[in-house]
Amino acid sequence: MEFFLQQLVNGITLGGVYALVALGYTMVYGIIQLINFAHGEIYAAGGYMGVILISWLFAQGFPPFVCLGAALVLAMGYCALLAMAVEKLAYQPLRQSSRLSVLLSALGMSIFLQNGLMLTQGVYDRAYPTEMVQGGFELGTVMISYMQCIIVGVTALLLVALNVLVYKTRIGKAMRATAQDKTMSALVGINSSRIISLTFAIGAGLAAAAGIMVGLYYGSVRYDMGFVPGIKAFSAAVLGGIGNITGAMLGGLLIGMIEVFAAGYISSEYKDVFAFIILIAVLYFMPTGIMGENVDDTRV
Amino acid sequence: MTQQQPILELKNVTSAYGRIKAIREVSLKVYPGEVVSIIGANGAGKSTTLMSICGVLHPEQGEVWYDGVRIDGLASDLLPARGLCQVPEGRRIFPRLSVEENLDMGAFFRKDAAAIDHDKNRVFQLFPILQERRKQYGGTLSGGEQQMLAMGRALMSRPRLLLLDEPSLGLAPLIVQQIFRIIREINEADGVTVVLVEQNANLALKSSSRGYVLETGNVVMEDSAEALLANPDIRKAYLGE
Repeated sequence: MEFFLQQLVNGITLGGVYALVALGYTMVYGIIQLINFAHGEIYAAGGYMGVILISWLFAQGFPPFVCLGAALVLAMGYCALLAMAVEKLAYQPLRQSSRLSVLLSALGMSIFLQNGLMLTQGVYDRAYPTEMVQGGFELGTVMISYMQCIIVGVTALLLVALNVLVYKTRIGKAMRATAQDKTMSALVGINSSRIISLTFAIGAGLAAAAGIMVGLYYGSVRYDMGFVPGIKAFSAAVLGGIGNITGAMLGGLLIGMIEVFAAGYISSEYKDVFAFIILIAVLYFMPTGIMGENVDDTRV
Repeated sequence: MTQQQPILELKNVTSAYGRIKAIREVSLKVYPGEVVSIIGANGAGKSTTLMSICGVLHPEQGEVWYDGVRIDGLASDLLPARGLCQVPEGRRIFPRLSVEENLDMGAFFRKDAAAIDHDKNRVFQLFPILQERRKQYGGTLSGGEQQMLAMGRALMSRPRLLLLDEPSLGLAPLIVQQIFRIIREINEADGVTVVLVEQNANLALKSSSRGYVLETGNVVMEDSAEALLANPDIRKAYLGE
């Protein structure tokens, strides 16, 4: 029981992070029906921006919360701009092309960005100053680190903020309208290019936050850190029903849980396999996912 | 009225889908305050004409002038703020936005919150059923309710020129009457100029001052609504006699 609860806490921590990344996949898919394979690299870029900023700020003697807060905001902004540039360069010129062309362009962008990270940041692991936030507390028999609290807290805050943005604000309504009918949204005066760009920016901001939190959780980042979590988050988006925001959150949590429990009860060697087994199973038995409706009717 | 500057003028507009020309050298003029019908059979190019006005389709040749400005080549999302608004064929309600959110989207480009609220209340007065169904998804409405919502959404942009594509399509006669009564009301009370595209030529011409007849992408006739209604050829071809 103790072990179970401990794994549950770990699963929520990891699942929240996957949910953040999965949202970027699902929102972009919802609006332009593209699987943005470069999304994992944006997440990695966020992780790197985080380690650079946090190390520097921490070395200057700023308190941990200031380091973390500033790094989050700046890295999210940086990745938002990066993703908007990627969209402008690699996807927007192909708006009238077949979906396959854009998909290939996304794969190319993924390789380009990953190699860019490798060239500028090196091929070795880069350590986060994890001594910044140490310790934890015991809740009954379960050990919860302060870092986990921060990760879950920030994740929850971002998920709530995203829901408010998408469902309560004028821009959020315009995003949903654009996802549902681009011609009609243009006819009411919505500039769809701007909305698409904004969607990439928001997804990238969430991924950047996830990158930083994974860096803090595991203590280091690597140039190719985006690949496997990228595919896992994609699996989460598919599990939830691609294009569906609530589905991505749910899918992310589920994938995180399944991974942690499988690692704990079956074998940690095979923990990466389970997300992919789920991806295959969902695609085979339930292609629309948990929250998905009809395939052409499941956007945002 | 004909001495005035037209609010909308098409000069020899040719538009195509790929290599198939859907309208050829269509010219028409609409003057402020008019209700003008474009009638014609299925596939005659009526919707294409509207889409060419709104910039969804960019004409290959010819010019579109609106309110003294040439607008062909402009992006369609710039037009609502200038008072040019279309209720397209099939109504195109945002299915997973609530009724109220659909109306909000009609006022997307506007910043005057108080006036937007006022207009929303006006729409609810015109179509009380929309107020009842305010929180429901647009996609769950019946066809008639969706047509009302589409018109309400258009009114939220405070249009000066309203393009209506087949507002009667697939609706029960009673609803059609209600829709046309409101078309006349917005024309007469608010001074909105209306271009009406209809297969139901009888209905459309009875609510219009003038009409154009489209046949396989060409304007074949242009006259006052009364004259068109009295014309034996038109009666035979479009009024089912």
